[in-house]
Amino acid sequence: MAKILIPTPLRQFTAKQDSVTVPGATVGEVLAALTTEYPDLRKQIFTEEGKLRSFVNVYLNDEDIRYIGKDAAPAADGDTLSLVPSIAGGTH
Amino acid sequence: MTLSKDEILRYSRHLIVPEVGMEGQLKLKAAKVLLVGTGGLGAPLGLYLAAAGIGRIGLVDFDVVDFTNLQRQVIHFTKDVGRPKIDSAAEKMQALNPNVEIVKHEVALSSENALDILKDYDLVVDGTDNFPTRYLVNDACVLLGKPNVYGSIFRFEGQATIFAYEGGPCYRCLYPEPPPPGLVPSCAEGGVLGILPGTIGLIQATETVKLILGIGEPLVGRLLLYDALAMRFRELKLRKNPECPVCGEHRTITRLIDYHQFCGVPQQPPKQESKLTESEIEVTEVKEKLDRGDKFVLIDVREPHEYQICNIPAAKLIPLGEVGKRLGELDPEADIVIHCKSGMRSARACGILRAAGFKHVRNMKGGILAWSDQVDPSVPKY
Ligand SMILES: [Zn+2]
Repeated sequence: MAKILIPTPLRQFTAKQDSVTVPGATVGEVLAALTTEYPDLRKQIFTEEGKLRSFVNVYLNDEDIRYIGKDAAPAADGDTLSLVPSIAGGTH
Repeated sequence: MTLSKDEILRYSRHLIVPEVGMEGQLKLKAAKVLLVGTGGLGAPLGLYLAAAGIGRIGLVDFDVVDFTNLQRQVIHFTKDVGRPKIDSAAEKMQALNPNVEIVKHEVALSSENALDILKDYDLVVDGTDNFPTRYLVNDACVLLGKPNVYGSIFRFEGQATIFAYEGGPCYRCLYPEPPPPGLVPSCAEGGVLGILPGTIGLIQATETVKLILGIGEPLVGRLLLYDALAMRFRELKLRKNPECPVCGEHRTITRLIDYHQFCGVPQQPPKQESKLTESEIEVTEVKEKLDRGDKFVLIDVREPHEYQICNIPAAKLIPLGEVGKRLGELDPEADIVIHCKSGMRSARACGILRAAGFKHVRNMKGGILAWSDQVDPSVPKY
């Protein structure tokens, strides 16, 4: 069970919620549970092959999951997962 | 280098801080900072960096002030609408502090000119907040070994950090590639709380001044996230990616590339007078159809809060995010015209309908902005 913080640009896919709590013992399980509950989010954060998109980073607490075992990183109760997409508010 | 009597008085509140003092103020005076962009982030940056007494501040901008800028770009005033931003910004900064030297680079920063412009500065502050310039500034700073003070904003949220500082992580370590256009809401659709760039721009200004003074803990290897609604700052660890294409061990990018192509953004936005394609319809023709009482469905795929600003009363509101789920409300055989603000989102909605087997779907060219220009000037633009 982990809490996932949803950033503003992705809240339209999570019924406007800024955080969602879903079950899972690893980061991979938590993300799978999240995108099962909110299927519209799947396309935003995963490629067709199921890989995390290169402009969305996932942090387990303050660690980038790319450096702590990716999907296999254990997610304990009370852990916070953050989705951090790249943002750009300026004009071209 | 010394300070004049006037400068000593002007900077007295710096001079009496032991961590700054005369030595620090002279460092500021000797510093050369390049500020890319004088918009939302660049406005507070320009004002505070000039006030702080940075000796030479280069500005890069080729945009013109417009009314929608004034809600947040506080360096530009109402009277400046229509003027080049670089002139408007330089004038305010010079008026605030005549002791600083302002160098104007009135160009679009590009792969051709970036290294040449950046090489004369000690550090770079990226205030543009768009993907092509961000990757360009990042790569140029990595190649030249200059720190890049980064900030970005979206609605109520901001990010800030320093990239390429003494071999530290760069923007590509964080995000190797930009999002494809269309997947993440763009700037114009996104909007921003006017105060937000003030907060993030001043975090960038703070880090710039700290780097020059060599005091405190620079925001390196840490990504600062700011949520204005929750009024909460968070910090995430930012690591150098050994596989980074520009600063990693096996780098593949050793010179600047075409960043517009890399980001999938056309260099020149499609011109208004471009030829009408078969899948588009002019606003004037939509007006004629309405006046004739033709049987067709007009759909507005903007968000409800945009519909409240202005709308075409005959239009049915189905926000883009709901189009897929609400196809059942529409007749696949019907004559359908879709509009949004300027035509981007409605083009996507047209694609969704066509993929679902709808036969007669057209995109109203130029959106409600074109409607305001060509059909009904009483419709406000936003
Ligand atoms: Zn890098």
